[in-house]
Amino acid sequence: MAAPLTLLLVVAVTVRALLSSSALQQLIAERVEVVSPISAWKRVIEGLALLDLGVSPYSGDVFHETPLIIYLFHFVVDYAEITFILADVIAAVALYISVKDYNKQVFRKQKFALEADRYPMDCLELIRSPKEMHYIPLKVAMFYLLNPFTVLSCVAKATCGLNNAVLALFILATIKGNMLLSAIFLCLATYQSIYPLTLCVPAMLYLMQRQYIPVNPRRFGFWWFVAQYLFMYVGSLFVLVCLSFFLLGSWDFLSSVYGFILSVPDLTPNIGLFWYFFAEMFEHFRLFFLCVFQINVFFYTIPLSIKLKDHPVFLIFMQLAVISIFKSYPTVGDLALYLAFLPMWSHLHRFLRNLFLVSCVLLACSALFPVLWHLWIYAGSANSNFYYAITLLFNVAQILLVSDYFYAFLRREHHLTYGLYLKRTDGSEATLVLK
Amino acid sequence: MASYWNRNPIRVFVFLILTVFVVVRSNIPSTPGEGAEERRWEASQVGDVDPGMSVAPPHPHTNTDSFQEELVVRPLHSGDIYASFQFRTVWEADFSRGNKVSHYQLFPKSLGQVISKFSVRELHISFTQGYWRTMQWGQPFLPSPPGAELWVWFQDSVTDVDGTWKELTNVLSGIFCASLNFIDSTNTVQPSAAFKPLGVGNVTDHRFLRYATLPREIVCTENLTPWKKLLPCGSKAGLAVLLKSEKLFHSSFHSQAVHIRPICQDQRCKSTSLELRQTLNAVFDLHTSGQAKREWSLFKMFSRTLTEACPLASSSKIYIDITDNSQGEQFELSPASSLLSQAVVLGDRRTFSVYDLTDQATFGSTRSLNLLIRLKSTDGYIHYQPSKDRLRPHLLEMLVQLPPNSATEVTVEFERALLKWTEYTPDPNHGFYVGSSVISSLVPSTVATNTSITQEQPLFSSFFPCKEELSYFVRVYTEPLLVNLPTPDFSMPYNVICLTCTVVAVGYGSLYNLLTRSFQIEEPSPGLAKRIANVIRRMRGVPPL
Repeated sequence: MAAPLTLLLVVAVTVRALLSSSALQQLIAERVEVVSPISAWKRVIEGLALLDLGVSPYSGDVFHETPLIIYLFHFVVDYAEITFILADVIAAVALYISVKDYNKQVFRKQKFALEADRYPMDCLELIRSPKEMHYIPLKVAMFYLLNPFTVLSCVAKATCGLNNAVLALFILATIKGNMLLSAIFLCLATYQSIYPLTLCVPAMLYLMQRQYIPVNPRRFGFWWFVAQYLFMYVGSLFVLVCLSFFLLGSWDFLSSVYGFILSVPDLTPNIGLFWYFFAEMFEHFRLFFLCVFQINVFFYTIPLSIKLKDHPVFLIFMQLAVISIFKSYPTVGDLALYLAFLPMWSHLHRFLRNLFLVSCVLLACSALFPVLWHLWIYAGSANSNFYYAITLLFNVAQILLVSDYFYAFLRREHHLTYGLYLKRTDGSEATLVLK
Repeated sequence: MASYWNRNPIRVFVFLILTVFVVVRSNIPSTPGEGAEERRWEASQVGDVDPGMSVAPPHPHTNTDSFQEELVVRPLHSGDIYASFQFRTVWEADFSRGNKVSHYQLFPKSLGQVISKFSVRELHISFTQGYWRTMQWGQPFLPSPPGAELWVWFQDSVTDVDGTWKELTNVLSGIFCASLNFIDSTNTVQPSAAFKPLGVGNVTDHRFLRYATLPREIVCTENLTPWKKLLPCGSKAGLAVLLKSEKLFHSSFHSQAVHIRPICQDQRCKSTSLELRQTLNAVFDLHTSGQAKREWSLFKMFSRTLTEACPLASSSKIYIDITDNSQGEQFELSPASSLLSQAVVLGDRRTFSVYDLTDQATFGSTRSLNLLIRLKSTDGYIHYQPSKDRLRPHLLEMLVQLPPNSATEVTVEFERALLKWTEYTPDPNHGFYVGSSVISSLVPSTVATNTSITQEQPLFSSFFPCKEELSYFVRVYTEPLLVNLPTPDFSMPYNVICLTCTVVAVGYGSLYNLLTRSFQIEEPSPGLAKRIANVIRRMRGVPPL
């Protein structure tokens, strides 16, 4: 499997290198769908230039990335393209290894369940075979690397690529069962953008299952593990924040980075829901809706974890999707990370209901974004509502995709418990509904 | 025989070694006197060389060719950098008396055959991409027009100059992979005054001169590769390793040329040798190279560093022009070199910092040389206060010293954020104004101004206080900018809130359904009559149908 992966890496690096050195690079780096006020490369350069001039990078409203990013790029600014291509490669390889490991565990669990006769007889066709699972890691890496969204994000040198790489390393560390590394990588991801905080819970659930600690709030072992993990996580976060303070000598990065993400002062159009909503918001209700929208991202953590406590990796996928859809400044790079997970659930295809619709809508919206932007900003013949409408459609399609996969997952679990071919009381074929 | 070799390989091997040794010994002259006689004969042919005869240092006293290479780097005022390579091969061959030569050492054979076949006295060919901007860059060492330029002085033994010219252009177009075959009578002239021979000789009959230029010619890698092949070390050693096309053609100006002319061998000029100069000029732009720091290095310019001089070169030097940097105020050079040299070039005495590549100490411990020129900010004082949304605007103040007879352009890129709908003025489609920029300056005045304040003066001449007699204060405002910015739709607040909340509710609703409900088998709902009957039965307390 190493050879196809190497070939894939070579192809991906070639595509990115070719696009980076062409004239399209400047065009892509300015597109609002690919870069946001947080992740734009132009703003990183501005921050570095301000630092060179002796002014704090956070004194203006231009730079909203963390001090560690400034520190990193202070050294590698001449090799920026290589850094971002390397970040993509690291993310893909981390996803590959973690999916491979996860598949082994899934298969082992399935084997135990089969031997324990836990599956009804007629749902044997739902059982996954090693042959079908063999190419999944490669497909995951391919979905990540060759996704046009990832390529665009890498060519535009958006720092979202670095965030994705850290998240992929976090997933690798979690699946390998390494508590310390998982906490550290999650802390790095949270430090850059607050939302990966919600991934704490699936990480803890997964690590507890791996160490055979029962997930029971009434037991001491559960709370002891949670305390350990949270201690490492909060400790690393504290260390990082203090390090940033010593790096730049002031606390103003807190309001510029985290205050910016949470209070959404910049209303530049992007593919998310926040910008137009807050551009057209009545002043009286602004704070209220801001709180509502921000809580909305974190709100699904507890219910989802209760429902999916036996399937923490699917929970990670759901959380990543919820973050990408509902975060304050989403870009296509955030989408790319959770779209890479889709091959892992390829066994759910028979239960998906809206796949065709969702893929058509996503493709159409991706094509229409630049068109309607041009019509609004440059040609002046459309107005902001056109772009806003496509934003809405795009988000609805993503929500539909995520809920469809959730539905298919739950349905498969139901069939595995109760059998595939269900019959009504009178013996005729039954239909399943959610009640 | 074969079996003998197999059984006694050692003896066969020793026998072979002895044979080789004997053969080699017999070819070396056995008497030392014979060798000295040969060497003395070589020495009398050459004699002493006067440095005043040629610009470069004298070449050694042998009958062999010599090769020198040098690179001159001059940082320009705008932050760009000018690099000029010169490679000089001197060929001890004399064509003026119709000699035919067939022995080639360092001189490229292709050019040598061209010169001898077409009886060329002087040949100058250049390929240039871009136009030399004298106002910004000063004067080049070797000027050239855009496109291709070829001018040739033929020997006076040539009878049909036009025919020879036609054949020569065809052969040269093959050698340099350029479309010089398009040179014909429609673009060839015989200048009588402007192009005198640059080498020695007293023939001035302009019937033997031909000049042609092809402004349309484009220079690319196919022209650079055969040019590099003409060098004795090729592009494998010495300064020519820096000539990589991907960086060279990424420059604002690029020109490569070949100049062949006869030069005197010595002071008395009894005989001439042929000099081949290959030159390459390039100007690299600070901004298109995409770097954030204002610094240049060999690696940044050419994506290579130097590891050794060309072994065939008698001198291999790099000159950095430090005339404008006497106190180190314009740039900082590292590694520093203790060698300095002065030269008069283009009517100006300039000082250079010299790096000798034949000296191993130049490469230091890293065995490679990467010169670093760090440009210091020449703007003097910059005061910049970035803007904060809805709090304060940008403020940029710069103290600039403008060089004379120049134009300075300051550009600032800025973004305006989309505002909340309540923050727009009542006429948002008029656009947004960006205020004028202000230039304040003390301008030298030709007439002495009166600095005393007590004396009676008309109002119009006494507004600005002047502290100096020889300059007056002036303030200039630029035009304001009116920018038409996109606006949100002002009629839509309620609709937008509804629609966005709907999308969020779609998400919430689907997830809520999937989280709180579970799968059940659907029982078909009974008909209307049965349902009413069930309701009545439930009221009565009886089990339903």
